[in-house]
This record gives sequence, C-alpha cells and structure tokens, in this order.
Amino acid sequence: MTLQQMEINEAESRSEPDVAPAIAADYSPIAAKRRAPVIAMFATPAAAGVALAVHYWVPNNEPTPNTSSYPVLLAGVLGLSLLLPISQFFSVRLKNWLLAKAPLFAVATLTLCAWELITLKFALMPLPFFPGPEGVLQSLINDRRLLADSTWHSLILLMGGYLAGSIAGLISGIIMGWSIKARYWGMPILKIVGPIPATAWIPLAMVVCPSALLSAVSLIALAVWFPVTMLTASGISNTKASYLDVARTMGAGRLYLIFRVAIPAAMPSIFIGLFMGLGTSFLTLVVAETVGVKSGLGWYVSWAQGWAEYGKVYAAIVIMAAFFSTIMTLLFALRDRLLVWQKGVIKW
Amino acid sequence: MVIAPADNNSIDASSLQIRNVTKRFIAPDGSQLTALDNVSLSIAAGEMVSLVGPSGCGKSTLLRLLAGLDQPTAGELRVGNEPIRGPSAQRGLMFQDHNLFPWLTIRRNIESALVARGVLRERRGEVDEFIQLVGLEAFANSYPHQISGGMAQRAALARALVNHPKVLLLDEPLGALDAFTRMRMQDEVLRLWRSRGTTMVLVTHDIDEAIYMSDRIVMMTPRPGRIERIIEVNQPRPRQRNSSQFLELRGRILEMLHFAGEHAKTGAGER
Repeated sequence: MTLQQMEINEAESRSEPDVAPAIAADYSPIAAKRRAPVIAMFATPAAAGVALAVHYWVPNNEPTPNTSSYPVLLAGVLGLSLLLPISQFFSVRLKNWLLAKAPLFAVATLTLCAWELITLKFALMPLPFFPGPEGVLQSLINDRRLLADSTWHSLILLMGGYLAGSIAGLISGIIMGWSIKARYWGMPILKIVGPIPATAWIPLAMVVCPSALLSAVSLIALAVWFPVTMLTASGISNTKASYLDVARTMGAGRLYLIFRVAIPAAMPSIFIGLFMGLGTSFLTLVVAETVGVKSGLGWYVSWAQGWAEYGKVYAAIVIMAAFFSTIMTLLFALRDRLLVWQKGVIKW
Repeated sequence: MVIAPADNNSIDASSLQIRNVTKRFIAPDGSQLTALDNVSLSIAAGEMVSLVGPSGCGKSTLLRLLAGLDQPTAGELRVGNEPIRGPSAQRGLMFQDHNLFPWLTIRRNIESALVARGVLRERRGEVDEFIQLVGLEAFANSYPHQISGGMAQRAALARALVNHPKVLLLDEPLGALDAFTRMRMQDEVLRLWRSRGTTMVLVTHDIDEAIYMSDRIVMMTPRPGRIERIIEVNQPRPRQRNSSQFLELRGRILEMLHFAGEHAKTGAGER
C-alpha cells in the first residue's frame, strides 16, 4: 500500500477533521527539555533584575536623566513576569503561551539592558544621535499628545490610500484576469507604469492635486494598485480550467463563473497582492508625509530630526513599528478568516 | 427507464446521438491534430456505455463534446432531438480529479450546483438527501482537503447528481482511487444508475471496470481517434468479477487491444 493510500484510509476512518493544536504548531525551543520550563519561568524576571542592577549600580558616563520611567518599566516587566507561575491557576493556555514566549521576553529585556550599557553607561555611541532607553521612553511619554495625533493622521492617510488602491486594483485585476482583450491592452500599461516607485511621482502629484493630503492619498493608492492588480489578474487567469468546466456543466452563467469560481480561486493570490501593497503603502506613507503633508508620523520624524531631538525620532519609530505591525496582523487575521479552506498557510 | 411515458420524445430526451463527428486541434506549431475522425455512435436512454482505448484515442475529447464544453469541427451531436450547443445542467460531468471547490464545505459544494442554476431556495431540502445518498453526513461541514480521495469523489458524484441530469458523463472518475475504494464506488455508481435511470458514458482505462459496469464497451484507436469496435456485454447483473464469462470477455478485449495497433480497422465491431 502506498503512503497516499494509507493516508486516505486513515482519513476515511476518523470521524472529526483534525485541527492541529495551536501550541504544537508554534516553535518553542524550551519544549524539548523537561527541566527547561523552570528556567524559562524565571528567565524574564532574572533578565529584568539584571537590567535593574545595571541601571542602578553601573556608573553613568553621559548626563544622567532626571527621570525614572525606565526603571519603572523594568520593574513592571519584573512584576508581570513574576505573575507567570501564578497564571497557571487561571488559564493553562495563558501559561503555555507565556512559557513558549518566555525566552523572547527575556532576550528583549536583556537587549534593553545592552542598549543602556552602550549608551548611558559606557558612552560608546555619540549623543545626541543615540540616546539611551530612558531618553526615548521619556520622549514617548512627554510627547504622547503629538504622537497620538500624528498616528491618527497617518492612519487616516494610510487607510484612505490603501482602500482606494486595493479597490481599484481588485477591479482592474479582475477585469484584466478575465478578459483577454483587457489583458492585451492593460498589461503593457501595468508593466511599464507599475514598477515605477510611487514616490517618483511626488513632484507631479504636488502639481496636479489640489491639496497635499489628496496627493499623498493618491500616491499611496497608486503604490497599492500595482501589486494588487498584478496578483489579482494572475490569480483570476490561473483559475483551474476544470473548476470552470465543472461549473459550466452545472448550468452556471458568466457572473457565477467570475464571482463564485474565479474570484474565490484567486483569493490566495489576491492576498499576496494585498500584503505586498501594504508594504509599499507604509513606505509611500512615510515618504509622502516627510516631503508633502505637514502631519503624521513621517512628518514627526523629520520635524524631530530638525530639532536634533533624536529621542523623539526613535519614539516615533517605536510607534510606527507597533502601528504597522498591528495593521499587518489585522490583514493576516482577515486572510486567515477568509482562507480557512486553504491548508499550509504561512503564519504571522 | 423505469416508467415508460406515452410520448416518444421524453424517452429520447436522454439518448445521445453522435453523427460523423470530427474534431481537429491546431497545435502551437501550426500543424493539425485530428483527435476524432468521423465518429458515429448512438447511445440509448438509460444506457451505460464505456469508452476504452489507449491515451490519445479521443475518448476524453468525445466526452467534452457531449458535455458541450467544446464544439466539433464537423458533424453533429444531439441529446434527444436537440443539438448540443453548449454545456447544460442536463448533462453532468465528473473528472478524475474531484474538482470540488476547495473554498466551500462539502455541503456548500453540493449546493453550488443548485446555486449555479439559481434554484437553491426551492431545492435546498434535497441537498441533505444527496449527502445521505453518498453517505457523507458526518463530513458535510468539512472542507475538501480534510476528507479522503474516495469521500471527495463521492461528494463530486452528489454534486453532479443534485441537478438530476438526464446524462452523466464520467471521465475516469475512479482512476485516482485505490483498488478497494474503487470497487466500492463502482457499486455505488451502478446503484445510482439503476435507481435513477440516468444515461451514463464512462471513460476508463480499466478493462475490468468497463466489463463490470457497462451495457456496451466502445473500443477506440488513436491517431486519428476512431471507433474500433463495439462489444455488447450480455451478462446478468450484478456481475461476478471472477466468473468464467467475465474472464473470457476480459481476455478477448485484452487481445483485441494488443492487436489493435497492428490491424487498425474502422467500424467493424462484433455486432
């Protein structure tokens, strides 16, 4: 009996479709050893303790900040990580998750410590370009109003541009994927215009668009439009011919073939386009804000740099990381929801 | 057919006529390939006919023409008195790959045949019947990749039948299954064929399958695709795969297939 047949028989005999346990799918270096959980449980508190010790006992070689937000943060990490052994009494899933991520948290804490050592403690990096964790944290706290406002403006700009570009890309992609004539005339335009970075159009966009905001939105939309169109068209035109044949012998009309066969079949490809578009939209957003629009995180970074307040620059970058990563996670969640039928998808 | 209706037309409505059909394809290098050369065949309503022959003999091409997915270069195909101009829900089709839509659950896949014709609302009740008919109640909400090949092929059968087609065209539907599942599925198809009176045309590579299932076996030869001969299987059903008649017919067909290449003759069958 071949392996495939054995799999078939096995599938035949089981009554429930299997869902892989979420924990097993995650990579966890500590799962391998039996004694490891104890080490993992105390790795983060130990790292936080080391970082606190370094902060208080290693002498400063740069001007001492007169704030205490950094030790407060470390103390918070220490306190929360000590709750880990207690968490198992509330939720085994929470405990397992924390245990699996413990090495990451510990190393992240040690990275903060190393950062403080090479800046504030040993002054290996020149000021004002490389402030310590305290400086960045303080900028984050002091400037929270302006940062929140900038994030809000970036969000509006990004969403406007991304949605417009995605919708336009989906429409043009579906038309070009389905109609041979549209592909004949559309592809050359797509191939020539598409690869131009959207940011290269900034001079033109500023002249043509009545407002800086509108020009930024259209640039982001353009940046998103290209990958979405390309991958939607390719997904639609690569629909398995036999799916369409089967549908036609079921009495399906053209609308059914497009909306119920070709588009669902193209979904995995469409999502690749949407992810690529999201990446280029972040890039275009930051550039557009830096040179055109007078608000948003991109603008904030260049403004802070103008005042040589590098703590603020890094604070804005930290916010961007959290902001972009959240949006990416949301798109992945949407993908996972719509493509549950697909097996072996990449995890985010 | 179980019931004999008064007017002749409705009996004929599920018979198939293939008249002098030729199908040529143009290869990318510009040369012509004759897939079918002047093929004529008449299939009665409610008959089970197998098409066998080496690859390239045009049996799948003939099936696609019957489904209406392709048009013949010359000649005519009719279902009943109607010429075949395009695909229709009256003629169901099943491939070697189940071709279930991977993005739909088994239940939704079977419903999709009703959705395609826009009759889901009126006929939704029948879906459960068909899920039961192929024994997939426990897997109705599974996705195709979660079930075995045999189960997927049964689901595809249910999807092909839910529109009550008069003709079912089967393109090696059991080819990818293991021997045990395949034999079970053959009985299942026969059971459905007998209870519904559907005309069935089965393309197969498997001589045993052809003898076990069909009323007539149409043997085809390649380059150009022609009907070599037609063998009537006059054996009572259910057939025994190890009966002497069965084995004798099997031996004869294998011999014919062996010599088919050397004595390429047209038409002349055993009838």
